[in-house]
Amino acid sequence: MATTYGYKRSVVGAHYGWKDFLVQRISAIVMALFTLLVLVRLLLVQGPIGYEAWAGVFSPQWMKALTFAVIVALIWHAWVGMCSIWYDYGKPAGLRLLLQAATAVWLISCGGWMIEVLWRL
Amino acid sequence: MSEASKPRPEFRNLNVFSDLTTYRMPLAAWTSILHRVSGALMFLLLPLIIWLFDKSVSSEISFGQFSAAFSAGLWIFPGWFIKLVVLALIWAYLHHILAGVRHLVLDVTHRTTKPFGRQTAASVLVVSVLLTLIFGAKLFGLY
Repeated sequence: MATTYGYKRSVVGAHYGWKDFLVQRISAIVMALFTLLVLVRLLLVQGPIGYEAWAGVFSPQWMKALTFAVIVALIWHAWVGMCSIWYDYGKPAGLRLLLQAATAVWLISCGGWMIEVLWRL
Repeated sequence: MSEASKPRPEFRNLNVFSDLTTYRMPLAAWTSILHRVSGALMFLLLPLIIWLFDKSVSSEISFGQFSAAFSAGLWIFPGWFIKLVVLALIWAYLHHILAGVRHLVLDVTHRTTKPFGRQTAASVLVVSVLLTLIFGAKLFGLY
Protein backbone atom coordinates (compact mmCIF):
# COMPACT_ATOMS: atom_id res chain seq x y z
CA MET A 1 0.00 0.00 0.00
CA ALA A 2 1.13 3.54 -0.70
CA THR A 3 2.13 5.28 2.48
CA THR A 4 2.13 9.05 2.75
CA TYR A 5 4.65 10.97 4.79
CA GLY A 6 4.36 14.64 5.65
CA TYR A 7 1.83 16.48 3.54
CA LYS A 8 0.32 13.80 1.28
CA ARG A 9 3.72 12.92 -0.14
CA SER A 10 3.62 9.42 -1.58
CA VAL A 11 7.07 7.80 -1.32
CA VAL A 12 6.17 4.47 -2.84
CA GLY A 13 4.05 3.70 -5.85
CA ALA A 14 3.97 1.95 -9.16
CA HIS A 15 4.27 5.04 -11.34
CA TYR A 16 7.79 6.11 -10.43
CA GLY A 17 9.86 5.73 -13.60
CA TRP A 18 6.76 5.91 -15.80
CA LYS A 19 7.76 9.35 -17.09
CA ASP A 20 11.32 8.16 -17.95
CA PHE A 21 9.86 5.09 -19.64
CA LEU A 22 7.60 7.25 -21.85
CA VAL A 23 10.28 9.87 -22.56
CA GLN A 24 12.70 7.12 -23.62
CA ARG A 25 10.21 5.67 -26.10
CA ILE A 26 8.82 8.91 -27.50
CA SER A 27 12.30 10.40 -28.00
CA ALA A 28 13.42 7.13 -29.61
CA ILE A 29 10.50 7.19 -32.07
CA VAL A 30 11.23 10.85 -32.92
CA MET A 31 14.90 10.04 -33.63
CA ALA A 32 14.07 6.89 -35.63
CA LEU A 33 11.58 8.78 -37.83
CA PHE A 34 14.12 11.58 -38.29
CA THR A 35 16.70 9.00 -39.43
CA LEU A 36 14.26 7.71 -42.04
CA LEU A 37 13.48 11.27 -43.15
CA VAL A 38 17.18 12.10 -43.63
CA LEU A 39 17.66 8.83 -45.55
CA VAL A 40 14.71 9.59 -47.83
CA ARG A 41 15.97 13.14 -48.47
CA LEU A 42 19.42 11.74 -49.30
CA LEU A 43 17.92 9.20 -51.71
CA LEU A 44 16.04 12.00 -53.50
CA VAL A 45 19.34 13.77 -54.27
CA GLN A 46 20.27 13.56 -57.96
CA GLY A 47 23.88 12.70 -58.73
CA PRO A 48 26.83 12.44 -56.32
CA ILE A 49 26.42 13.81 -52.78
CA GLY A 50 28.87 16.66 -52.17
CA TYR A 51 28.73 19.57 -49.74
CA GLU A 52 25.80 21.38 -51.43
CA ALA A 53 23.51 18.34 -51.46
CA TRP A 54 24.43 17.26 -47.91
CA ALA A 55 23.93 20.72 -46.38
CA GLY A 56 20.77 21.07 -48.49
CA VAL A 57 19.25 18.10 -46.61
CA PHE A 58 19.25 20.15 -43.38
CA SER A 59 18.95 23.74 -44.64
CA PRO A 60 15.14 24.26 -45.14
CA GLN A 61 13.59 26.07 -42.18
CA TRP A 62 11.16 23.24 -41.37
CA MET A 63 14.08 20.78 -41.37
CA LYS A 64 16.05 23.02 -38.97
CA ALA A 65 13.05 23.24 -36.64
CA LEU A 66 12.68 19.46 -36.75
CA THR A 67 16.42 18.95 -36.16
CA PHE A 68 16.15 21.15 -33.07
CA ALA A 69 13.42 18.87 -31.70
CA VAL A 70 15.65 15.87 -32.44
CA ILE A 71 18.57 17.45 -30.54
CA VAL A 72 16.34 17.85 -27.49
CA ALA A 73 15.11 14.27 -27.91
CA LEU A 74 18.71 12.99 -28.20
CA ILE A 75 19.96 14.79 -25.09
CA TRP A 76 16.95 13.75 -23.02
CA HIS A 77 17.17 10.14 -24.29
CA ALA A 78 20.89 9.95 -23.48
CA TRP A 79 20.23 11.41 -20.03
CA VAL A 80 17.60 8.77 -19.17
CA GLY A 81 19.75 5.98 -20.64
CA MET A 82 22.97 7.00 -18.88
CA CYS A 83 21.09 7.42 -15.59
CA SER A 84 19.82 3.85 -15.81
CA ILE A 85 23.41 2.69 -16.34
CA TRP A 86 24.62 4.66 -13.29
CA TYR A 87 21.68 3.34 -11.20
CA ASP A 88 22.94 -0.18 -11.90
CA TYR A 89 26.72 0.15 -11.68
CA GLY A 90 27.38 3.51 -10.02
CA LYS A 91 28.16 2.51 -6.46
CA PRO A 92 28.54 3.90 -3.83
CA ALA A 93 25.88 6.61 -4.01
CA GLY A 94 28.45 9.41 -3.79
CA LEU A 95 30.21 8.17 -6.89
CA ARG A 96 26.86 7.88 -8.69
CA LEU A 97 26.04 11.49 -7.84
CA LEU A 98 29.39 12.55 -9.28
CA LEU A 99 28.85 10.49 -12.47
CA GLN A 100 25.33 11.83 -12.93
CA ALA A 101 26.50 15.41 -12.47
CA ALA A 102 29.31 14.84 -15.00
CA THR A 103 26.75 13.29 -17.40
CA ALA A 104 24.53 16.37 -17.10
CA VAL A 105 27.44 18.74 -17.81
CA TRP A 106 28.61 16.57 -20.73
CA LEU A 107 25.15 16.38 -22.32
CA ILE A 108 24.29 20.06 -21.85
CA SER A 109 27.65 21.05 -23.39
CA CYS A 110 27.14 18.72 -26.34
CA GLY A 111 23.55 19.93 -26.77
CA GLY A 112 24.72 23.55 -26.84
CA TRP A 113 27.34 22.72 -29.46
CA MET A 114 24.77 20.94 -31.63
CA ILE A 115 22.40 23.92 -31.46
CA GLU A 116 25.31 26.22 -32.37
CA VAL A 117 26.05 24.09 -35.46
CA LEU A 118 22.38 24.16 -36.41
CA TRP A 119 22.22 27.95 -35.89
CA ARG A 120 24.83 28.83 -38.47
CA LEU A 121 23.53 26.40 -41.09
CA MET B 1 14.45 -30.75 -19.76
CA SER B 2 13.66 -30.79 -16.07
CA GLU B 3 15.03 -27.42 -15.13
CA ALA B 4 13.04 -27.26 -11.90
CA SER B 5 14.74 -30.32 -10.38
CA LYS B 6 18.24 -29.12 -11.21
CA PRO B 7 19.69 -26.75 -8.60
CA ARG B 8 20.45 -23.45 -10.32
CA PRO B 9 23.60 -21.51 -9.46
CA GLU B 10 23.08 -18.59 -7.14
CA PHE B 11 25.07 -15.44 -7.59
CA ARG B 12 25.71 -13.26 -4.58
CA ASN B 13 28.40 -10.60 -4.34
CA LEU B 14 29.35 -11.01 -7.99
CA ASN B 15 33.04 -11.42 -8.66
CA VAL B 16 33.84 -9.87 -12.03
CA PHE B 17 36.63 -12.34 -12.80
CA SER B 18 35.14 -15.67 -11.70
CA ASP B 19 31.35 -15.15 -11.89
CA LEU B 20 30.85 -12.97 -14.94
CA THR B 21 32.81 -15.38 -17.15
CA THR B 22 30.56 -18.30 -16.15
CA TYR B 23 27.31 -16.29 -16.33
CA ARG B 24 24.86 -17.88 -18.77
CA MET B 25 24.15 -15.42 -21.59
CA PRO B 26 21.17 -16.29 -23.84
CA LEU B 27 20.91 -14.33 -27.12
CA ALA B 28 18.45 -11.85 -25.59
CA ALA B 29 21.01 -11.09 -22.87
CA TRP B 30 23.64 -10.32 -25.52
CA THR B 31 21.23 -8.02 -27.36
CA SER B 32 20.41 -6.33 -24.08
CA ILE B 33 23.97 -5.74 -22.84
CA LEU B 34 25.08 -4.62 -26.31
CA HIS B 35 22.14 -2.17 -26.33
CA ARG B 36 23.76 -0.62 -23.26
CA VAL B 37 27.30 -0.81 -24.60
CA SER B 38 26.31 0.78 -27.92
CA GLY B 39 24.41 3.55 -26.14
CA ALA B 40 27.32 4.29 -23.81
CA LEU B 41 29.74 4.29 -26.76
CA MET B 42 27.69 6.88 -28.65
CA PHE B 43 27.38 8.95 -25.45
CA LEU B 44 31.18 8.95 -24.96
CA LEU B 45 31.92 9.71 -28.63
CA LEU B 46 29.24 12.42 -28.90
CA PRO B 47 31.89 15.18 -29.34
CA LEU B 48 33.41 13.31 -32.31
CA ILE B 49 29.95 12.84 -33.87
CA ILE B 50 29.14 16.55 -33.43
CA TRP B 51 32.58 17.57 -34.76
CA LEU B 52 32.06 15.46 -37.89
CA PHE B 53 28.53 16.83 -38.39
CA ASP B 54 29.73 20.39 -37.75
CA LYS B 55 32.50 20.12 -40.37
CA SER B 56 30.27 18.32 -42.88
CA VAL B 57 27.51 20.96 -42.97
CA SER B 58 29.18 24.29 -42.08
CA SER B 59 30.94 25.24 -45.34
CA GLU B 60 32.62 23.95 -48.48
CA ILE B 61 36.02 24.35 -46.75
CA SER B 62 34.98 22.56 -43.56
CA PHE B 63 33.49 19.79 -45.72
CA GLY B 64 37.03 19.32 -47.02
CA GLN B 65 38.29 18.98 -43.43
CA PHE B 66 35.51 16.44 -42.79
CA SER B 67 36.62 14.34 -45.78
CA ALA B 68 40.30 14.73 -44.87
CA ALA B 69 39.67 13.24 -41.39
CA PHE B 70 39.06 9.87 -43.11
CA SER B 71 42.13 10.04 -45.35
CA ALA B 72 44.79 12.27 -43.74
CA GLY B 73 43.58 11.64 -40.19
CA LEU B 74 42.46 13.82 -37.32
CA TRP B 75 44.61 15.27 -34.50
CA ILE B 76 47.02 12.45 -33.48
CA PHE B 77 44.95 9.70 -35.11
CA PRO B 78 45.55 8.36 -38.62
CA GLY B 79 42.73 8.12 -41.18
CA TRP B 80 42.29 4.35 -40.92
CA PHE B 81 41.78 4.68 -37.15
CA ILE B 82 39.08 7.35 -37.64
CA LYS B 83 37.41 4.98 -40.12
CA LEU B 84 37.49 2.15 -37.55
CA VAL B 85 35.98 4.39 -34.86
CA VAL B 86 33.26 5.56 -37.26
CA LEU B 87 32.63 1.91 -38.19
CA ALA B 88 32.13 1.16 -34.48
CA LEU B 89 29.72 4.11 -34.30
CA ILE B 90 27.81 2.82 -37.34
CA TRP B 91 27.42 -0.55 -35.64
CA ALA B 92 26.43 1.12 -32.35
CA TYR B 93 23.75 3.20 -34.08
CA LEU B 94 22.34 0.23 -36.01
CA HIS B 95 22.34 -2.13 -33.02
CA HIS B 96 20.82 0.52 -30.76
CA ILE B 97 18.02 1.47 -33.17
CA LEU B 98 17.17 -2.18 -33.99
CA ALA B 99 17.23 -3.25 -30.32
CA GLY B 100 15.06 -0.20 -29.61
CA VAL B 101 12.51 -1.19 -32.26
CA ARG B 102 12.52 -4.70 -30.73
CA HIS B 103 11.65 -3.11 -27.37
CA LEU B 104 8.79 -1.16 -28.94
CA VAL B 105 7.46 -4.29 -30.67
CA LEU B 106 7.54 -6.20 -27.36
CA ASP B 107 5.86 -3.26 -25.59
CA VAL B 108 3.06 -3.02 -28.13
CA THR B 109 2.40 -6.70 -28.89
CA HIS B 110 3.06 -8.12 -25.38
CA ARG B 111 4.60 -11.15 -27.09
CA THR B 112 6.84 -12.21 -24.23
CA THR B 113 7.32 -15.84 -25.12
CA LYS B 114 10.84 -17.32 -24.97
CA PRO B 115 11.06 -18.31 -28.67
CA PHE B 116 9.86 -14.87 -29.84
CA GLY B 117 12.34 -13.13 -27.56
CA ARG B 118 15.14 -15.33 -28.84
CA GLN B 119 14.22 -14.92 -32.52
CA THR B 120 13.94 -11.14 -32.33
CA ALA B 121 17.20 -10.92 -30.35
CA ALA B 122 18.96 -13.01 -33.00
CA SER B 123 17.51 -10.82 -35.78
CA VAL B 124 18.80 -7.67 -34.08
CA LEU B 125 22.31 -9.13 -33.68
CA VAL B 126 22.50 -10.47 -37.24
CA VAL B 127 20.87 -7.58 -39.13
CA SER B 128 22.93 -4.93 -37.32
CA VAL B 129 26.18 -6.75 -38.14
CA LEU B 130 25.16 -7.33 -41.79
CA LEU B 131 24.22 -3.67 -42.30
CA THR B 132 27.47 -2.64 -40.56
CA LEU B 133 29.42 -4.77 -43.06
CA ILE B 134 27.57 -3.16 -45.98
CA PHE B 135 28.15 0.41 -44.73
CA GLY B 136 31.68 -0.49 -43.62
CA ALA B 137 32.58 -1.73 -47.09
CA LYS B 138 31.45 1.66 -48.45
CA LEU B 139 33.41 3.48 -45.73
CA PHE B 140 36.62 1.61 -46.60
CA GLY B 141 36.02 2.15 -50.33
CA LEU B 142 35.37 -1.47 -51.32
CA TYR B 143 32.58 -0.38 -53.72
